[in-house]
Amino acid sequence: MSALRNLTGGLSMLVESVRMSVSNIRQNRMRSFLTILGIMIGVTAVIALVTTISGVSSSISDSFSSMGASTMTLSATGTDLQGGLTAEDMEEIAGLDHVDGVSPSVSLSVTAARGDAYESGVRVSGRNDDYFAQEPDAIVRGRSVNPIDLEQSLRVCLISEELVETLFYGVDPIGQALYLDGTQFTVVGVLAADADASVASMLSGSDAVVIPYTTALKMNGDTLVNSLTLYIDDANAAETVEAELETCLDAIFDYEDDTYTITTMESIADTMESMLSMMSALLGGIASIALLVGGIGIMNMMLTSVTERTVEIGLKKAIGARPGQIQAQFLIESFLLSMVGGLAGVVLGIALSAILCQVLGTGFSLSYGAIALGVGFSAAVGVLFGWSPARKASRLNPIDALRRM
Amino acid sequence: MTENFFCMRGICKRYHLADEDVPVLRGIDLDIERGEYLSVLGPSGSGKSTLMNIIGCLDVPTEGEYVLHGQQVEELDELELARLRGREIGFIFQNSQLLARLDAQKNVELPLIYAGVRPHERQRRAAEMLERVGLGTRRHHFPNQLSGGQQQRVAIARALVTDPTLLLADEPTGALDQKTGKQIMELFQALNDEGRTIIMITHDLSIARHARRVVHIIDGELTEGKEATWA
Ligand SMILES: Nc1ncnc2c1ncn2[C@@H]1O[C@H](COP(=O)(O)OP(=O)(O)OP(=O)(O)O)[C@@H](O)[C@H]1O
Ligand SMILES: [Mg+2]
Repeated sequence: MSALRNLTGGLSMLVESVRMSVSNIRQNRMRSFLTILGIMIGVTAVIALVTTISGVSSSISDSFSSMGASTMTLSATGTDLQGGLTAEDMEEIAGLDHVDGVSPSVSLSVTAARGDAYESGVRVSGRNDDYFAQEPDAIVRGRSVNPIDLEQSLRVCLISEELVETLFYGVDPIGQALYLDGTQFTVVGVLAADADASVASMLSGSDAVVIPYTTALKMNGDTLVNSLTLYIDDANAAETVEAELETCLDAIFDYEDDTYTITTMESIADTMESMLSMMSALLGGIASIALLVGGIGIMNMMLTSVTERTVEIGLKKAIGARPGQIQAQFLIESFLLSMVGGLAGVVLGIALSAILCQVLGTGFSLSYGAIALGVGFSAAVGVLFGWSPARKASRLNPIDALRRM
Repeated sequence: MTENFFCMRGICKRYHLADEDVPVLRGIDLDIERGEYLSVLGPSGSGKSTLMNIIGCLDVPTEGEYVLHGQQVEELDELELARLRGREIGFIFQNSQLLARLDAQKNVELPLIYAGVRPHERQRRAAEMLERVGLGTRRHHFPNQLSGGQQQRVAIARALVTDPTLLLADEPTGALDQKTGKQIMELFQALNDEGRTIIMITHDLSIARHARRVVHIIDGELTEGKEATWA
């Protein structure tokens, strides 16, 4: 019974403390507003950054998973005796279980010229028919590279729409001649602007010109391929394929170390994700500094408030307020200030990140984690930075306080 | 020691200022019985407020013993002191000291809030007490909407609302005109008639006379009072 009475007494004391805090906060409207603003900005920054980055990262991993774990990139430097893959090696790899096709990639940079117009530093990729079979959207017009082109190392090329704009303005490029580093090629097709969404091109930029890889090798004065993309028919089999590929490559390269690297979609996605989470931690850290400054603002306001209300504190102590009750009063006040700022910051931060995600074109998803983070952060800031002023208030000597009357 | 309601022995208070001890109270012995009405009369600077703060457990003496309500005050910790102040002592300060942001009712409720009294009961008790000091119609006025005398009444109501055994008043009429001062004195008289113990501090002989017993304090020393010789 008396315990119950204590409880309800304590509860009503809490209610009264909250009421008094609200009235104190209202009393100094401008000061409270500025203090709240400080916290709000900090929380807004944290929430906006964290939500936006998690939006970006989820949209990246989405696009990775939509492409599936269906490709694998092999980069082979080979041994001194065999510095790359021969056509037979590639056939052997293509023959592995679950491998749908392999596409070598031989890159070079050339000057493309037509009449007086030219473009230097053009990215040329040597590819095969498997590539176009796997990327049916890569061509907008004309034809792709076919087995005859490959076998005979024909000088045919497909060019990007951009290059059509600069070199073939107003002319149908199909069947026209194009000089790549002085060698004449015949344009047989036009590449789509963004159709090539493979990871490799995402990382290195898209091709301006595609020619048969055998032709590219010749232009490079080379016979061996160093870079190969494997197309896998079953994403779940990626690991088995990787293991088989390793066995196969070990045999090709005489069991020497460091002769090749296999990059799977998964490993790229992992790297990306860890980069993003590092970035998110970094930016979140920077944003937390804003929150810290907001906390210092609260502390400053509370310290001023304690000094201003010395008489009030002394009086309350004289009429029987316990130190804990005084401390609670001030803690509640700083907690309320911080929570108001924090909640406003959560709302603003979410709105801001929704806008940012819209602008960046990534999917926005409301993250409860971020809300919890914002609310938790501001609660912690309120208690942490309110603690020492509240303690100071609770320890005031009532005499010193009342002497000021 | 008769009842151990109130007993002071050799209370000294010294302040240490610039390598010099400033004695403010020099060995005060004082016994008060339940139901007494005592006034402490002394000139400015004689140590009245210092003594009252010690009596009210707001300050601790440098030396001496103080027993209030059977409790050795020096031995109490801060929490017990707060409880003692809240339950056994009612303070009335010189300039009433109400909280400007609270209305009369809430000001009077404040000690009950800290004592953990439930809302219903404390509202009733505060209203009753305001009625008692003649402010039943001014319950929801804020301090700045009350006259000085009315403010002092609110302060008295606040001091009484916890039903303390000891009412402590420092210059309760200091800021009031004679007529209002007299009304306050009548109120004190009535309270004492009900059996409440009152200690009133003043430098005004005409006010001090209202008490049943007068002690003089001069330069930190108490003398039991025939009429003042210094006045
Ligand atoms: N914190 C302090 N430090 C040093 N001296 C102090 C301190 N507080 C009070 N005193 C001194 O103690 C003496 C008594 O002060 P006190 O306030 O008790 O006087 P009083 O009798 O209440 O005077 P008044 O009638 O003017 O209120 C004064 O001389 C004062 O200077
Ligand atoms: Mg005084």
